[in-house]
Amino acid sequence: MSKIIPSVAKLLAGNTVTKVGAPVATTSNAKYSTKSEASFEIKPFKLHKLDKGPATSATLTSEDAIKMYHQLATIRRIETAAGNLYKEKIVRGFCHLYSGQEAVAVGMHAAMREVDSLITAYRCHGWTYLMGVSILGVLSELTGRRTGCSRGKGGSMHLYGRNFYGGNGIVGAQVPLGAGVALAHKYNGDGGVCFALYGDGAANQGQLFEAYNMAKLWDLPCVFVCENNGYGMGTSADRSSASTDYYSRGDYVPGIWVDGMDVMATREATKWAIDYCSSGKGPLVMEMETYRYSGHSMSDPGTSYRTREEIQEVRQTRDPITSFKEKLLSNELATPDQLKEIDVKVRQAVDEATKQAKSEPEVGIEELTGDIYCYCPEDHTQIRGLHPDAPLQHIYVAQRN
Amino acid sequence: MASLVTKNGGLFARIIKNVNDCSKRLSSSHFTYFPDNAKPVEGETAKMNMMQAINNAMDLTLKTDPTAVLFGEDVAFGGVFRCALGLQEKYGKDRVFNTPLCEQGIAGFGIGLATAGATAIAEIQFADYIFPAFDQIVNEAAKARYRSGGQFACGALTVRAPCSAVGHGGLYHSQSPEAFFAHVPGLRVVVPRGPTSAKGLLLSCIQSPDPCVFLEPKILYRSASEDVPVGEYTLPLGKAELLREGDAATLIGWGTQVHVLLEVAQMAQDQLGVKCDVIDLQSILPWDEETVCNSVKKTGRCIIAHEAPLTSGFGAEVAATIQEECFLHLEAPVSRVCGWDAPFPHVFERFYLPDTTRCYHALKETLKY
Repeated sequence: MSKIIPSVAKLLAGNTVTKVGAPVATTSNAKYSTKSEASFEIKPFKLHKLDKGPATSATLTSEDAIKMYHQLATIRRIETAAGNLYKEKIVRGFCHLYSGQEAVAVGMHAAMREVDSLITAYRCHGWTYLMGVSILGVLSELTGRRTGCSRGKGGSMHLYGRNFYGGNGIVGAQVPLGAGVALAHKYNGDGGVCFALYGDGAANQGQLFEAYNMAKLWDLPCVFVCENNGYGMGTSADRSSASTDYYSRGDYVPGIWVDGMDVMATREATKWAIDYCSSGKGPLVMEMETYRYSGHSMSDPGTSYRTREEIQEVRQTRDPITSFKEKLLSNELATPDQLKEIDVKVRQAVDEATKQAKSEPEVGIEELTGDIYCYCPEDHTQIRGLHPDAPLQHIYVAQRN
Repeated sequence: MASLVTKNGGLFARIIKNVNDCSKRLSSSHFTYFPDNAKPVEGETAKMNMMQAINNAMDLTLKTDPTAVLFGEDVAFGGVFRCALGLQEKYGKDRVFNTPLCEQGIAGFGIGLATAGATAIAEIQFADYIFPAFDQIVNEAAKARYRSGGQFACGALTVRAPCSAVGHGGLYHSQSPEAFFAHVPGLRVVVPRGPTSAKGLLLSCIQSPDPCVFLEPKILYRSASEDVPVGEYTLPLGKAELLREGDAATLIGWGTQVHVLLEVAQMAQDQLGVKCDVIDLQSILPWDEETVCNSVKKTGRCIIAHEAPLTSGFGAEVAATIQEECFLHLEAPVSRVCGWDAPFPHVFERFYLPDTTRCYHALKETLKY
């Protein structure tokens, strides 16, 4: 590459990052050896009770590529910051990191439409960011501050956003909720699809099978997404599951296996799933095979049930960011300087948010008894407890409809 | 509220100053651990924390009872709190093993196993996760003997679960669900206060012919440490323990809260010159009415404290029984100092817990009533 590229790349980066969504004149990139689009082969999908699955090649524009790279890098950085905040004892409660699994969220989100909704478990920082909450909104929820997306009252596991139903703490409990959200899409006729995410560990909870049955019985537009990261807490998938073909475990619900480390695969599969579910064919199970670098939560070092070498190997050979970066560069969808610049910007943004998340105030103590009920009857506005002579006043913090 | 907090804040500082020399205060916790000095049996002892004492109890069970089996999420490498540490290596993968993440299945599986004659020790990773298993425990385990006319039972089942506040657990790693289970005839519900009581009570639960829910205050796993008899011993179920004697008031608690109340009793002695009975209820179901009522008849005043929310907490049952049994002896209304009727708060844990300041305040009010 010639020396002229860096400065041009900076211009380009500015263009693409600041005007997301606007058509970018990338065709002129040709002379700088940066192409406007490229096509990629995807590891074949495995199908269950389906005649046809998504295509195994897909086209990516440089604009989308840059956006997705930015999202991948941001999530990784947010998780690094979250881990550090936890180690500094600024994050209270439990903290589950998403590092290694970014391609699942970023690819899915790239395919999702405004109308679609999503619900996940407690590994939710990255999803919250993608669903429209600012980095500060995520990090200051972790630190329990006023600017957190749940006012600091939920903590790491309970983040929420528009069309994003959380952030749920109990293994598997969110999945039937997802089926309910899907029924609402169907009932309202808005054409939306609900994605209900869970892990390979949660795949063994009984309530999942109740949800599969209801969803198929009523042909709900629900995609059950199993993020198989290989370990349910400290137990590997093959030691916890009689069948590790999670995409086939819906039995009568058709399923599809996806390489969850490839952001193109997760995007194409999700596009296809949206078409399938929104055309009235009922639910799907989608298994995303991925990997988590950290332990189950921050209190698990993550090394007592797997080797350090295994983690290292995944980092070196299957890392979703590194492999995507290599694809972008070898196909000239972006220049090294462009990506480096994104890295720098992401680092700045996350560092700034981290700093602010440490210094924001907490909500006032009066919110201990805020928003427990929607409305308290007039003679029951006091919350009993602790102090025998001094009940607390129930208060309304969030706006009532 | 603001003024209350400030007032309590000042009081709190004074209290800390006063009790600092009484025992080691852990920087991150709301209580001071009072070790058990009286040993239930003679013989060799070893320093153990509560995690090690529970490990020791299960070790002894697996060694002496060839039908004993231990299982739960991540139990193979010891479980998240390491209570089963080393037991799989010692007793094999067929007796100590991981289950999938499926609490309802774990409980049902344990009931079947126990009904068929094995000693089943099931671990639910956090008491907050026990609710998917609630149906199995309430409808299957508790009623098995009754509904089969005594032909079948699953008494050899013990469900262990870490409970209560830990300093930073938030909504789903802090709850104290004992009152839910106290409403279920056929179950035994037990909460230990430290290593010595945990070992003796757990062994009793495991050997009990009734299904037991054994709730382990998780903050004590590592912070509570004392000399524990190394041999096998049991402590009676359904019996409370009088830990400190006095005549001014009766303070009743269980689990971590016992230590809060012991500290409050010491404060009352130092600052008010009065002595209190402190009772560790230990068994929530069936519970020891006799010890409680005898004490309240003597003192005429009573405080019950627990971390679980006030309304329908187990303190309500204890208070109702006291007023029925001790009505003419009471000098003041029975007072409850409990968690707020709010979800366990993520950022307000210190304000939620019935700590020494709050219990001491309630005691003073009761004394001057």
